[in-house]
Amino acid sequence: MTHQMLHAMPMAASAASNTEVVTFWVLAVVAVGAALGMILTRRAVHCAILLAVVMLVLAVMYAMQGAPFLAFVQVIVYTGAVLMLFLFVLMIVGITAADSIIETIRGQRLFAGLAGIAMLVLLILVVGHATIGAAAPSSARNSSANVQGLARLVFTTYVYPFEITSALLITAALGAMVLAHRERTSPKPTQRMLSRRRVASGRPTPLPGPGTYARHNAVDMPALLPDGTQSRLSVSSVLAAREAEAAEVRAELPYRTSTRTQAAAIAGETVPDPLRAGESEPETSPGEAPAAADLADEMEDEQ
Amino acid sequence: MISPANYVALAAILFVIGGVGVLIRKNAIVVFMCVELMLNAVNLAFIAFARLYGNLNGQVIAFFVMVVAAAEVVVGLAILTSIFRTRRSASVDDANLLKY
Repeated sequence: MTHQMLHAMPMAASAASNTEVVTFWVLAVVAVGAALGMILTRRAVHCAILLAVVMLVLAVMYAMQGAPFLAFVQVIVYTGAVLMLFLFVLMIVGITAADSIIETIRGQRLFAGLAGIAMLVLLILVVGHATIGAAAPSSARNSSANVQGLARLVFTTYVYPFEITSALLITAALGAMVLAHRERTSPKPTQRMLSRRRVASGRPTPLPGPGTYARHNAVDMPALLPDGTQSRLSVSSVLAAREAEAAEVRAELPYRTSTRTQAAAIAGETVPDPLRAGESEPETSPGEAPAAADLADEMEDEQ
Repeated sequence: MISPANYVALAAILFVIGGVGVLIRKNAIVVFMCVELMLNAVNLAFIAFARLYGNLNGQVIAFFVMVVAAAEVVVGLAILTSIFRTRRSASVDDANLLKY
């Protein structure tokens, strides 16, 4: 939408500006809602998703304000790269890492909220009192030739900051490598050592696979041993812990059980609880659990 | 047409929300995400002012902010993973060795 078009086609221009008004208010509500949800939700993954919403909304707003190049950079760099990095680190650190509710400093949340409100009032007063006029008429420099204009500025006026940025990026990459690198404190176990340790651990075979093909073969379904009991070793310990957590929630809400959990509950009357079956499981010898833990540690060291 | 003042006000609101998030959250990764939110809010203000003045300087600055933010995220997350590796926690309360 150029300045000339504004005069030539008042109808079309008003329709376009109406579109901008509607888009702005809808997206502003979405952005503020997502940002509020981001600081209020407990789980870090939900935070990341809501941050992605805010970033995409901001990308649309950049495009609306004659910055199409930055809109694309926002989507590619922020939503694509930075948020993926966040999700990767969340995966390493643990998806279930929820915030603690304990306040280290007494009244911290209250004071933070008050400070936030004060800051908001201050900023809104500043914006309200400043004479921010209407936008300058968009010229060819910031509408059709946005990328060329940016490139000209970056390589003329801002050429030194741009070059320093490259040094910054190299330093950051190097720093990340140094920080994320871990020194190996013990010699890397050879294949011979690994196989010896495996045989010595008392379980040379792989762990039993989950699922019984007659009913389910899902990974959270414990396999049945020849004598009819359930093998605890066939279910990943992470899934077992999650299932136990879910069982506690279900105990509070008995009417919201799914069909599978109902089936499990019916089965649980005759068969021992799959998660506690290991105690009565004949296959599990007392020395086996520590050995499995050792193996898990070893696998972690391998990574 | 929406005045740039509206965009600047929205940027201020998002900036404050990010700042409150930095103050109240304990998980270091979430704190980091709130910092990113603040940076994004500032970018929005830069682009609104670039439009207000009808030149591209604000957009170039916003572009540099994005580059610096990307570098900052890389180093920050590397620090977080190394802290998590030694302390087995991502809480900002647990990284207090320098306090004593």
